[in-house]
Amino acid sequence: MSSQLDLRNTARVGLLAGVITLGVSAVGMLESFDKRDLIIGLLTLGQLLLFSAPFAAGFLVTRGEDKVDTGEAVVGGAVAGALTAVPLIALILLTLAAPNIRNSLVNVSPELISLLSLGASEIVGSLLLLVGMAVLGVAGAMFHVLPDAIRKPLISGLGWMLGFAILSEVSLNILRPILGRGLMRALFGTKGITPLLAAIIFVVAIGLTIWWSKGGQQRYEDRKAAMSEEQRKQSRRISIGVGIVSLLILPIILGTYLTEVVDNVGLFILMGLGLNIVVGFAGLLDLGYVAFFAIGAYVMGILTSQGDLGIAGMSFWLALPIAVGAAVLAGVTLGIPVLRMRGDYLAIVTLGFGEIIRVLATSDLLKPYIGGAQGILQIGKPTIFGFEMVKPIHFYYLILAGVGLAVFVASRLRDARLGRQWMALREDEDVAEAMGIHLVSTKLLAFGIGAAFSGLAGAIFSARLSSIFPHSFNLLISINVLSLIIVGGIGSLPGVVVGALVLVGLPELLREFAEYRMLLYGALLIAMMIARPEGLWPSPITKREFHAAEEEEALGGVQ
Amino acid sequence: MSQRFKDIDYIGVVLWLFRTAIVVVVLWGTISKLFLEQGNAYTTIDWIDFLIAGLSQGSLYALIALGYTLVYGVLFMINFAHGEFFMSGTMTATIFVALPLSSSGFLDANPILGMLIIIIVAMLVSVGVALLTERVAYRPLRRAPRLVPLITAIGASFFWQYFFRGLYGSTLIPFPELQVLVGKWTVFGIEILKTRAVVMVASVIMLIGLYIFIMRTKTGTAIRAVAEDKDIAALMGIDVDRTISITFATGAAMAGAAGILYGMVFRQVHFFMGFVPGIKAFTAAVLGGIGSIPGAALGGLFLGLIEAVGPPLFLEGLGIPGAHQLKDVIAFTMLVLVLIFRPQGIVGERLAEKKA
Repeated sequence: MSSQLDLRNTARVGLLAGVITLGVSAVGMLESFDKRDLIIGLLTLGQLLLFSAPFAAGFLVTRGEDKVDTGEAVVGGAVAGALTAVPLIALILLTLAAPNIRNSLVNVSPELISLLSLGASEIVGSLLLLVGMAVLGVAGAMFHVLPDAIRKPLISGLGWMLGFAILSEVSLNILRPILGRGLMRALFGTKGITPLLAAIIFVVAIGLTIWWSKGGQQRYEDRKAAMSEEQRKQSRRISIGVGIVSLLILPIILGTYLTEVVDNVGLFILMGLGLNIVVGFAGLLDLGYVAFFAIGAYVMGILTSQGDLGIAGMSFWLALPIAVGAAVLAGVTLGIPVLRMRGDYLAIVTLGFGEIIRVLATSDLLKPYIGGAQGILQIGKPTIFGFEMVKPIHFYYLILAGVGLAVFVASRLRDARLGRQWMALREDEDVAEAMGIHLVSTKLLAFGIGAAFSGLAGAIFSARLSSIFPHSFNLLISINVLSLIIVGGIGSLPGVVVGALVLVGLPELLREFAEYRMLLYGALLIAMMIARPEGLWPSPITKREFHAAEEEEALGGVQ
Repeated sequence: MSQRFKDIDYIGVVLWLFRTAIVVVVLWGTISKLFLEQGNAYTTIDWIDFLIAGLSQGSLYALIALGYTLVYGVLFMINFAHGEFFMSGTMTATIFVALPLSSSGFLDANPILGMLIIIIVAMLVSVGVALLTERVAYRPLRRAPRLVPLITAIGASFFWQYFFRGLYGSTLIPFPELQVLVGKWTVFGIEILKTRAVVMVASVIMLIGLYIFIMRTKTGTAIRAVAEDKDIAALMGIDVDRTISITFATGAAMAGAAGILYGMVFRQVHFFMGFVPGIKAFTAAVLGGIGSIPGAALGGLFLGLIEAVGPPLFLEGLGIPGAHQLKDVIAFTMLVLVLIFRPQGIVGERLAEKKA
């Protein structure tokens, strides 16, 4: 194939990257990310976002050609990069022409414009941006031209450095008690890492990559192949043991703040595991899942609260089974009317249920019992042998136990007859029924067990916060949980954990994300469904299914 | 086989009890309201006001519901993001057209022309957002399993909501008041708020216009053909992708116009305004029979009425405090009830179970 520079494609990719960056700027994401340092004094998250656009454009323009001509790559990259700058320059000039634009577009602030024009005045800055982005576009394009021996270490060096910088809060919290104050100051800032640490990570990552490709990998694989069956079993046992031990000591390493984040992730894992049974295993798309979370939380609140609304003053452990039982009961009760409904109708009806419960919780009707918008206060803390659980670290173990139980139950059910029945149901209800599967009980069990996990999460949630308000139980929680199981991989248990870490843990660490969380979730849901519908960590079955669908398509299957 | 019949009977009994309970509750509330005079006392004029408010709200639902019905007709897909099409056009037109026109005095000097410009801008923006969504989030997944496009639709809905929140901020934005439409008209001895009357008249005109467009024009015929059978339609020389885009655009244009009418009535717009009307309009579409245009109109009016009359009538009758807070519960309960007991809606065919 004689590679000829495809100008139309180049223009399209460049402009698309520019328009996306324009959108990211106009909603305020760029500016708020700019407040977060990655490498102190050198690079902020906002700058990374801004500069990766022309780089990616240059990279994409030259992709997909077997042999890239250097000259063409330079031209293509430069054009794509420069075009990326065009919509941004338009925005800069717009603020010159209409200084009042901020009254309408609230996030087009002087800070944003100064960020975009690289600190210079508008006109000079526009030119700088144009040239800078063209250069970055060339850099992106040149990535294809570089030989593997340079490209791979470079990618891993940059990747580790940036990844470490983005997650600097994790290492900061872990290392703080170990390292001395002076050393900490040399390596970390309040946000982000110092150039020194960045350089160290960069060099180490490059060194390791070179070592790995120059024989390290070979030696590792040789050794793995040489192991006997017995040794292999043993090494697996050891790694499982190490995993369990590290889970147990994790909160001690992480410190209070990170443990709280992990607690949050854990609650979402719990809910995700439950919804995964309903959506992932049984294929019943439930958008009102937050209802069971709310029921678990409210039942726990009413039963254990020391405040005015408490009716029983029960202990946490006595109330827990009641709260879970109430959630199961609700799951089955709401399941009965929708038994004959399928697919998208089910989704909308469950969404309706969730909204009904939310509106009822805020209404005056139930205010005497559950407090209306003021919620329930003074919810009891769990105690073990007279020891009261108050700190995040205590709840960590409680949540860990809950997640452990849920993983065990979900994985056993998946491989049991019931799990097979759910999957049959998901594939084709009519066929499943013809094979003798009892639709009513199978579906209700899915709703009930899914609700149980969510109720458990809700009960722990309310004990942990010791006060609950109806606005904590909105639709966004359902969408959150749905997103995390889809991103992780529908029907996959490790996928739930991965999804929760990415979608719940990451935004907690990068609080700049918080405001744009739903925006990114929305985009992520679309992107995942188009590019990788099986998720980040798919279960083997769904993976096979999605590939089967592709094969059918390749054969020209018509619906 | 006998097992199966037993199930149906058992579930049938439960559903029957459920249905009876609802009917009893509604009747009991109504009777105790009308004859035992529970709750606030309303005069006949109050009741007429409730009716008119319901009808005008209902005609907005009808306009939005058209988008759901049209898209469901051609793609058998619930376009979850439709409420966002409604919101995007309205917010953009309010901020960039309505507010400047109003503060410059143009709007009050030429109310008809001004409103026309605002509505057209809103329609254009809604159509743009709809076409973009269709192209990016739906078209690549045309042959995917049915839940997949629903999930991207949910994603698109949240994406647009928070995109416009970032763009225009999360505050309530006032919709300018038209001096001409302040006050009431008296029609046949009944006083009607002018805005409500305009909303009803405009909605009826648009509904009729759309009906003619779908039934009489060539493009409308193409839409109906694609709804009937995409493959055969393609064989007949219809560009299916293009027709689907037109369907989305038509629905979004109606939603954009409805959004401006909504702004006129409620006098404020915000990024979250599309969500609840969207779900209610979907309820209206299902209520009338999804896939049917007259059905959407009927369903919208019916839902608007029951929402306006329900709280003062049977909820107050039951002695529920703050009954108007439960307006949304009535709408969502309607949705659940219709899907359970009459998924074919008032005029539609039975889709919820069969084609799902």
